[in-house]
Amino acid sequence: MSLEDAFADGPAFVPYLAAGDPDYESSLKYVEALERGGADVIELGLPFSEPIAEGPTIQNAVVRSLEGGMTPTRFFEFVEDLDVSVPLVCMTYYNLIYRYGDESEAQRASNTSGETASNGPRPFVEKAAEVGIEGLVVPDLPAEEADPLREACDEFGLDLVFIVAPTTRGDRLDRIMEQVSGYVYVQARLGTTGAQSSVSDQTGSSLERLADYDVPKAVGFGISSGDHAERIVASGADGIIVGSALVDIVAEGHENGDDAETVADRLETLARELKDGAVAGASQRPPHPERT
Amino acid sequence: MSADGKFGDYGGQYVPEALMPAIEELTDAYERYVLDNEDGFMDDFRARLRDFGGRPTPLQRADRLSERYDREVYLKREDLLHGGAHKLNNALGQVLLAKYMGKERIIAETGAGQHGTATAMACAHLDMPCEIYMGERDINRQRPNVFRMKLNGSEVNPVTVGRGTLKEAISETMRDWATNVEDTHYVIGSVVGPHPFPSMVRDFQSVISEEARTQATEKLGRLPDAVVACAGGGSNTMGAFAEFVDDEETALYAVEAGGSTLEVDEEAGVAPNSASLTTGTEGILHGARTRLLQDRDGQIMESHSVSSGLDYAGVGPELAYLVDTGRVTAVNVDDDEALTAFHRLSQMEGIIPALESAHAFGYLESVVGPDAPDSADADGLGEYVVVNVSGRGDKDLESAIEETYERDIDIAPNMDEFTGGL
Repeated sequence: MSLEDAFADGPAFVPYLAAGDPDYESSLKYVEALERGGADVIELGLPFSEPIAEGPTIQNAVVRSLEGGMTPTRFFEFVEDLDVSVPLVCMTYYNLIYRYGDESEAQRASNTSGETASNGPRPFVEKAAEVGIEGLVVPDLPAEEADPLREACDEFGLDLVFIVAPTTRGDRLDRIMEQVSGYVYVQARLGTTGAQSSVSDQTGSSLERLADYDVPKAVGFGISSGDHAERIVASGADGIIVGSALVDIVAEGHENGDDAETVADRLETLARELKDGAVAGASQRPPHPERT
Repeated sequence: MSADGKFGDYGGQYVPEALMPAIEELTDAYERYVLDNEDGFMDDFRARLRDFGGRPTPLQRADRLSERYDREVYLKREDLLHGGAHKLNNALGQVLLAKYMGKERIIAETGAGQHGTATAMACAHLDMPCEIYMGERDINRQRPNVFRMKLNGSEVNPVTVGRGTLKEAISETMRDWATNVEDTHYVIGSVVGPHPFPSMVRDFQSVISEEARTQATEKLGRLPDAVVACAGGGSNTMGAFAEFVDDEETALYAVEAGGSTLEVDEEAGVAPNSASLTTGTEGILHGARTRLLQDRDGQIMESHSVSSGLDYAGVGPELAYLVDTGRVTAVNVDDDEALTAFHRLSQMEGIIPALESAHAFGYLESVVGPDAPDSADADGLGEYVVVNVSGRGDKDLESAIEETYERDIDIAPNMDEFTGGL
């Protein structure tokens, strides 16, 4: 199923977890629980050592995952081992994409100078397509620098999702919307990722600015309950992205030493609440929102 | 440099979307105020560097080093700038620019604490609220600088994630900026980060080479054969080199921290050095494409240097470009050589240098010292050498003395009587 198809039947629920958090086997169970809870698309974080766009919650998840041995190679194995049918989106930072498969093992063995060139983003995208990933989100890659990645994604049939901030307007918005495919990630407020108790009123005006663009709009940053999800969808979002609230459950389970099945059940329960909230929100919208 | 801030393939603007409007606003302000001197900004800046900062700093002949190395050795005395390091040039420029832009709050990261103290001084001078992010480990290594920042009225926010050094502090400051971007300016401390920072910081620091070029010509009636500066992120390096880049007859040496070894422990993700120009590979970190210490997957490695101001896994994109094109020669000096040079300059010239700056002197000793092997590098330095003393060593006294004891540095004075058997 393509990403756009996942948004075709009502509002899409797009949960995020860092792959391998806190360990490989538990993380497989957690991601599968999200699908049981009603996920329409799943964003999987491939952890980078310097996650500059993340708040403390996801930053800590990244640390746990890296300490658990997660690497790009392990990440692709993880995706192959996952038993889910909804489309998967890989969220990571550009350096990992840029450096992947930069040279063969044989070249490495004979290379003593440290002069390693990168082949650019193509090998990463090729491998991602091979293991069945449908799209990429790269928070530190602005549209201006995205041409090589966009070309590789086109070649291998991946969508490239971009983030639109409350401060994104005018020409910048146009440039991003020319590059985006799958869905656009609407950042609900300024700052880094993290669960918040209230939903920002910046969301509504962001959605208004995007109304003319014909691509699904998924709102993320700070959604933590079914009630939030409902209000966001009622205000016009085509989907909701939830990360930190789910990662909190993983972190708490890890700290308390809870077994993976228990944690997976909690994730499924919150996922269900969020999905139900999103569906309830959709019923409050006019059936054919006017595009002006 | 092209209009989009590229140096060859290096540079660029790899930042979260939420920061892009601020970066565009800053780029516009940089072009108007710094490049075009709108509202007399640069005149104001230069006047403050003079009256508040104490510029120009001298270019001093190092008599005993000249004798030791059998050539003319001159010192560009950035250690005499207010605050004791070159850092004020940049901090004052950026805080003043933020003021002209109407920003109401300053944030900055700091490693050794030199950039943090310079920013705190500039903020007090220009009446701007200031918060400094500093790794917890660096806070412990550089306590006097923490006190200086607090005394100047700044908040100091400890960063506890990761290893608690400069790269974590930069990431944390970027997060603050992404949250408070509308009223806050991020004073980045080196020629790193997204465009326009590498160019703008170079322009504020290039007063070093502008003065040195004039002073050097006055002293001996000609340009120096070589300029030597230490390189971490590269702000004193680019400052010392910028006005000489077009003078092909002047060789430029960037001296990196060789740390304990240039060998890398991939398994542990540790590079026991900070020599990204010498051993790094191309990648993207903190907003720019440049040369980095990274593992084969592209994860950033923990760097190391006895000098916390050089302890960074990346380097400015323009400096990386100048090394790739052959204009700048990247060399390195290990921890022991730097410490020895620290003692030598203290004893022979009466100048206690920052451990960062000591690396530049370590390089001189390694190629033209009494024990140096005959090599082509000695010819490269020529007969007339300018060394940038980027900062003074007061901030390093405690760690320098501790490290000296651990390493058994030959020429160090015996201080057993006074150190309580460290």
